[in-house]
Parts: sequence; C-alpha cells; structure tokens
Amino acid sequence: MNELPQQLADGLALGALYGLIAIGYTMVYGIVQLINFAHGEIFMIGGFGALTAYTILPDGTPLAVGIPVMLIGGAVVSVAVAMGAERFAYRPLRGAPRLAPLITAIGLSIVLQQLIWGFYPGAKSKVTFPEFKGESFQLFDGLAISRADAFVLVAAPLCMIALGLFVSKSRSGRAMQATAQDPDTAKLMGINTDRIIVMAFAIGAAFAAVAAVAEGLDKGQIRFEMGFLLGLKAFTAAVLGGIGNIYGAMIGGVVLGVAETLSIAYVEHIPGMDQFGGGAWKDIWVFSLLILVLLFRPQGLLGQRTADRA
Amino acid sequence: MRNRSLLVLTTVLTTGALTLTACGSRDDGGKDNSKGGTTVVIGVDAPLTGSLSALGQGIKNSVDLAVQTANKNKEVPGVTFKIEALDDQATPATGKANATKLVGIKDVLGVVGPLNSGVSQSMQADFDKANLTQVSPANTNPSLSKGDNWGKGDFKRPFKTYFRTATTDVIQGKFAANYLFKDAGKKKVFVVNDKQTYGAGLAAIFSDEFKRLGGTVVDTDSVTVKETDFSSTANKIKASGADSVYFGGQYPEGGLLSDQVKKAGAKIPTMGGDGIYDPEFIKASGEANDGDLATSVGYPVEKLPTAKKFIEDYKAAGYKDPYAAYGGYSYDAAWSIIQAVKAVVADNKGKLPEDARAKVTEAMAKVSFEGVTGKVSFDEFGDTTNKQLTVYQVKNGAWVDVKSSTFED
Repeated sequence: MNELPQQLADGLALGALYGLIAIGYTMVYGIVQLINFAHGEIFMIGGFGALTAYTILPDGTPLAVGIPVMLIGGAVVSVAVAMGAERFAYRPLRGAPRLAPLITAIGLSIVLQQLIWGFYPGAKSKVTFPEFKGESFQLFDGLAISRADAFVLVAAPLCMIALGLFVSKSRSGRAMQATAQDPDTAKLMGINTDRIIVMAFAIGAAFAAVAAVAEGLDKGQIRFEMGFLLGLKAFTAAVLGGIGNIYGAMIGGVVLGVAETLSIAYVEHIPGMDQFGGGAWKDIWVFSLLILVLLFRPQGLLGQRTADRA
Repeated sequence: MRNRSLLVLTTVLTTGALTLTACGSRDDGGKDNSKGGTTVVIGVDAPLTGSLSALGQGIKNSVDLAVQTANKNKEVPGVTFKIEALDDQATPATGKANATKLVGIKDVLGVVGPLNSGVSQSMQADFDKANLTQVSPANTNPSLSKGDNWGKGDFKRPFKTYFRTATTDVIQGKFAANYLFKDAGKKKVFVVNDKQTYGAGLAAIFSDEFKRLGGTVVDTDSVTVKETDFSSTANKIKASGADSVYFGGQYPEGGLLSDQVKKAGAKIPTMGGDGIYDPEFIKASGEANDGDLATSVGYPVEKLPTAKKFIEDYKAAGYKDPYAAYGGYSYDAAWSIIQAVKAVVADNKGKLPEDARAKVTEAMAKVSFEGVTGKVSFDEFGDTTNKQLTVYQVKNGAWVDVKSSTFED
C-alpha cells in the first residue's frame, strides 16, 4: 500500500494547525516587532474557553451546533486575554528596549499557564474535549481524512482568505499595513495606531482559538501545557515562512507539518540513514530545515512583505 | 540586516532557553516538622501535578493511609508518623531538588517514590550519601538495582539505600512477550517507545524476548513525550502490516497512539507495560480501546484477600483521587519503612538511635510481612521478591484482568 498520500494529508492537517497559530506570532511581529511568546498560551486558553462554552450547552447537543458555539466561546476568551495582555503587559513597555517586552511575554506565558493549572477545574491533568464521532472520509484506497483533519483543512484556508481580503481591501487592513511599514508616519496620517495594534493581537488570538478547537476535536483532549510545544512549533513556522508575512506563516506551517510527517515516514528508508529515521529524529530534521532556510534566505521563505524599519 | 541576524539569534537562543526551562520546578516549601516527642517523617516524591498526576496522587494518598493506619494502631509505640509529599512533575531535575530537600529534613527516615525510573536515577545518589532509605512503588528499570551492566548478567547493586516493591522490566517485558506470542497468537509486532529510561528499556527487553520466541518485530519507532500528534507513526504501523503494537511508555502518549493507530484504520491491539495500565489510557479520547493490553506488576489488588482491607480503608478515608495502579505498592512501600523503624526502635530500647537513617536502611533487608500486594520482602539487590504479574485487557471501556501468574524465567 502506498502510504504517501496519507502521510501528506496528515502533514497538511498538522501544518494547517501550525499555520493558524503562526498567524498570531507573525501579525504581532509585523506591527510591533515583538515576539509574543505568550501566544502559545493564548492558544491554550482558547481551547479552555471553547470547552467551557461547550459545557454550558445542554447535554447531547450535536457537534454541528457545538462547534460554532465552541469557536465563538474560544475566540471570545482568547481575544479578551490577548487584548488584556496587550493593554496591561505590553503597552506600558512600548518604547522600552526590545528585550523588556520579550521577557514580559515569557513571564506572561508562565502566568497564564499556571492560572489555568490552578483554577480551571480538572485542568491539573488533561481534560476531555468533545470529539467527532463517526468514520473518516475514505477518499480512495490509502487516503482517509478524519473528520477533525477535514475541519482544520477547511477552516485554515477560509480564515486565510478572510484575513487576506481584510488586510488588502478594508480600511482597517490598509491602516494595518501602513502601521507595519512606518508607525510614526501612519500616526501622522491620522491612523490610530493603538487601535491597529490591539486589532493585530485580537486577530492572532481569534486564529489561535480556531486552532485550539481543531486540536481539541482531533485529539479529544486539551491540557494546560499544550500551548508550549505547539506554540514553539508555530513560532518556528512563522520564522520559516518569513516572520511578519501572513501568507508566509501559513506556508511555513504547511512546510513544517509536511516535513515533520515525511521525515518520520521516509528518512529511515534512505540507504545508510535508517538510524536517523522515525519520530525520535523528526525535530532534528525540522530544525535543520529551519537553519538551512535561514542560512540561505534569512528573511524566510516568503520574506517580510512590509519594509523592515532597521 | 544587523537587526535580522539579531532576530535569528534571539530566536535560536530563546527557543533553546525555553526548551531547557520547560520543566521548571514548583516548590511548595517543605516544613521541618520537628517538635518534641518522636516524630518520624516518611517522605513522598511523585508527580502530583501534570499529566501523570493520576498515578502520583494515588501514591501519595496510599502512603498517607499507611501512616494514618500506623498511628491509629500505635504500630511503633512512642513514634508518630507523618508524611512530607513533594511534587517531582515527572522530571529528573525536580526529583533531584526534592531529594536534596528530603535529605535536609532530619526527621525523614524513609522516602516512598518516585514513580518514574528516570527520576529515580537522579535521586539515588543523594539518598545513598545521606544513608536514607528509598522505596519506589513503581520503578521497573532493572539498572536501578542491578547496575548498568545487568544486561550482560553482571549484577552489581549501585546504591544500598534503594529498594522497590515493583518488579522489574526484565520480568515484565518477558511476561508481555510470552503473552502476546503464545496466548494472543500475535506474530508480527511493531514496537514504539517514548525514548525515556522506562519506555526504551521495556521496549528493548520485550523485543528481544519476542524475537527469541520466534516472532517478528516488523519495525520500530519512537515518539516524543508531551507531543500529541502521532499520526505519521500510526500510518507507518498500518502500512507495515503488523498484527499488534507494543508501546514502551506512559499512558498520555500511549492512549493517543492507540487511538491514532485505530483512526488510521489498523484494527490491531496496542500492548504496553504498567505505564499505560491506567483508566486515563482509555479516556485519552472517545475512540474505543477495546482489545488493548497492558501488563502490570502483582495480582489485581481487588482480587487479593490481603488487599480487601486496604480498599475499604481507602474508601473510608475519602480521598479525592483513586489509588490507581500503584496504590497497593505504595502502601506496602510505606509499611516496609514503618516496619523497619519498628525493628530499629525495638532494638534500641524503645527509642530512636542517633544514626537512625543507617539503622533503618540495615533493617530494610530483613523486613518481611503480608502486604496489600502479597508477601513483601527484598532480595540482596533491594528488589521485591514478589514476581507476580497480570495481563489486563480493555473491555467495554475498562481494564479487566485476563491472566495472572507468577513469572518463572
């Protein structure tokens, strides 16, 4: 049986998930040049928000109703937290040396994780998340897409299209581009840059909430510590694609996800490389890929579309 | 451009730093409980939070129950027992910090724990230096008691203070291979491990025995702890045509792996060691785990006549968490320390001697009693003499014991 289509499909689904989270890193970096390390935790909190919204629903609610409710619930919570973080943790440090907000972000990430750990009922170990019931979609022999993978494979492109249209067509989107290019001039032109920055945080958080719902639906569980590893991978995806570029984030995510699954499946079949294959080595391959890309294209695969202020 | 290389540098540095600090420690201020009279503290080290907390809380509560029982029965006249429970989050670094802390509390005469073999490795030397007895209810890695060269038949006990009430992976891995090959009739197994001391060791012992019996290990792979996406490994398993999976590791990854193998369309059972024998393994997702197998040390606690009282007492004490896989072993581990203290006190005219820690360690070798899990005593390596094992299978969403026997090599 040829397992390549299946591996590619799984890689795409994983990559789409990384991409959705990576948007948050890239948008914030594009506008304020801050690596928001708390974003992984925003993602995790989105998952817990979604779960809370679902538990409020009466028992036995079908997922067709549950998913939109979870998406809204997750987005509301993660956007609120992201906006709060921007207002109280990052805004006071605007203009401070760049290391200060970076360290604040790491601290905030620990705080958010511990808050969920300490106060969300049952969150000290994993929490069960509603899951799709039913068979996978068997497209042809050797390719079955699970329902959760189908969800993220549909949701991610839809979100990307919406974001692309928003940034290029709408007034706020153009204001966002202007702020990214040159915040001072944008301010002189009458753009409320504070509002734009909040918007960037909010959009990233909403995308992270979508990703959190997708992750929960796929694995059937969420954990207080799940934002760390996924956040790190998504950040890698953003750098790989070219941090600051929203399409780069998605492409970086997909490249990362596919590289991960293919390296597990195929590296060991390369003659002489069998001891370097399998799940144990996947991160080595993925990060080697990142180093290679950064060596030859320091700006990432797509590069940063907006002018760098440096 | 300078800024860009700065960004790359920051990225690399912070990524590295974050990875290293991912497992930070959480301290909960150990208190020195020394106040007149004779108080003996039994330390507990287990993962009380995080993904293995279901097992860790069971360990802590069971030790607490043993201590309360000893105090109520006045097991050692004139001595009041207390527990000091520390959370190691299943990480070796935190375990080492806890070991240092427990050594520093002078009333601690014995420690029950930890859960993970890898964590134990980081703690043994500290306890040995301080002459402090350590009894693990759950470590199954052979090298902890028989030295690094145990595989070559060269047994050398590295630490005189180390004891355990759980049987080792040598016995468990061989027992699993025998069951899977002979009783379940599986001939082609795909072996996965989680790269940890326990998981990798168990998987290797299992593979050797399975091949020796005449079975085939079609391929192997490993997964990373705390990751959740194993679909690529699952697809490899499906494509390999294996008729079973053996997983050396713990239930958080094991449960997800079993689910994802079944989602990938391979209707084959996953087998593992005591690390996956937990209700949480089944609850990992909505996917049915029926048919999955696990070996665990000892007979099912519910079936041993000696365990009835333990289960009743545990219920009566009203602990929030179940006693889980290691409850009985933890109770016995604590009880063995209590018995050792009793022997030491009896030898010293009803008082604790000056070098109480060394005396307790000496007394451990002679401990022998009927415990929750059967007869409890230790051999010359500090390993339990109890070699009973059980195979459990998931049926209708619960673990059911299918075969219990005493292992004979």
